[in-house]
Amino acid sequence: MTAEAAEKLPEFFDLDGEFARSNVQEVLDKLDRELVGLAPVKQRIREIAALLLVDKARRTLGLETEPPTLHMSFTGNPGTGKTTVALRMAEILKNLGYIRQGHMVSVTRDDLVGQYIGHTAPKTREVIKKAMGGVLFIDEAYYLYKPENERDYGQEAIEILLQVMENNRDDLVVILAGYANRMEIFFQSNPGFRSRIAHHIDFPDYSEGELLNIAKLMVEKQQYKLTSEAEKVLKDYIPRRMRQPHFANARSVRNAIDRAKLRQANRLFGSKNRTKLTKADLTTIEAEDLLQSRVFNAVNPDK
Amino acid sequence: MHENPRNMTQGQFSFLPPLTDDQIKAQIAYAIKKGFALSVEYTDDPHPRNTYWEMWCQPMFDTKDPAAVMLEVNECRKTWGANHYIKVQAFDNSRWRESVAMSFIVNRPKHEPGLALARTEGPGRTMQYRVHSYATDKPRGERYK
Ligand SMILES: Nc1ncnc2c1ncn2[C@@H]1O[C@H](COP(=O)(O)OP(=O)(O)OP(=O)(O)O)[C@@H](O)[C@H]1O
Ligand SMILES: [Mg+2]
Repeated sequence: MTAEAAEKLPEFFDLDGEFARSNVQEVLDKLDRELVGLAPVKQRIREIAALLLVDKARRTLGLETEPPTLHMSFTGNPGTGKTTVALRMAEILKNLGYIRQGHMVSVTRDDLVGQYIGHTAPKTREVIKKAMGGVLFIDEAYYLYKPENERDYGQEAIEILLQVMENNRDDLVVILAGYANRMEIFFQSNPGFRSRIAHHIDFPDYSEGELLNIAKLMVEKQQYKLTSEAEKVLKDYIPRRMRQPHFANARSVRNAIDRAKLRQANRLFGSKNRTKLTKADLTTIEAEDLLQSRVFNAVNPDK
Repeated sequence: MHENPRNMTQGQFSFLPPLTDDQIKAQIAYAIKKGFALSVEYTDDPHPRNTYWEMWCQPMFDTKDPAAVMLEVNECRKTWGANHYIKVQAFDNSRWRESVAMSFIVNRPKHEPGLALARTEGPGRTMQYRVHSYATDKPRGERYK
């Protein structure tokens, strides 16, 4: 830096002011309001936001800063909120000025890898171009790598991604997501990815209590109400569902509520007063709407 | 007095010194803001009436950021840049316009031999003019070497 430029540098940096201007607190508050639990995830996001703000402060005062690497990996079981948090992450990075547009493009292997020779590179580039200025979210990233097939086109997509993650760090943030153990194996065989990723965030499974709160939040958000009977049934439902195969945390809860809504609609159609339904009728989920679930069918729960 | 450059001129800004990458990005950002579809094209035939150039990639309809278009510009430069012209075009698909709204050169061959003006005298001393580029004396792919 020239002496002249150094003279013009400010002496102070107002961290509070900058934080307020960025509206990051708003996004963090929204995250707290809309997402139950996930304490370690929320903590990591706060830390990343703090790091980026301090980085900005250092740059403003003329201190040495490397452009921060923001690529991340989100690991956790299905339905633990990875996609939802990635969307919020895009918002935060945009507010802090680390991405220009703030949108997220969510893809899986099929969106990146082609069917024949020469198909993969343009396909991957197309996706990357759409995501530029925002976040590229690659779900179940380990499917890109298929070591059993040495001619797999996934390798080509991986190489293009690695190049872009290195050369276009200012243009695009990549978030890889998937189950923890499979991601670990993926990183072991693709050290290039591991070394380009700065933040590994693990999403824990939800507890029974958290799942109940998630259910209540979803019901409320969709302008439904549970009768106290229905709430008791839901409380009983959750641990039963957790023991079933294909349990997918918050997504299973969402599905259960969707099915309860379906049964409620059916019930209303069959009801005697269906010609003069009230708001209360339309918003109430009764115990029976939940009790018809297969998890309560003890004889054959998988039916 | 304006001195006609030997460089090929076509589209916007072509009488100006070459645009820097930052200036190109700013133009692209403007085009994206207007909702235009961007494309990258190249040629080694500099005739002023040669408006249909080779397409480098598919037109980009849903890119949100100039960096995406720059990615293609740079890829195209890597492949064709040494001896081809490259331009960025922005197509406005809104009703009644439906045509190219912006077009500007982002790459030139290192050496441009320029254009010749040939005169042909016709009946009654009428004059016909013909513009001819020295580069096209050679077959495609061997020009500007
Ligand atoms: N902590 C939470 N609070 C409220 N709702 C949540 C929470 N976590 C997830 N959800 C809801 O659960 C659903 C599934 O979440 P999401 O799609 O983010 O999970 P995921 O981890 O990406 O799953 P997958 O690995 O299967 O893609 C969404 O509808 C989301 O809104
Ligand atoms: Mg997901």
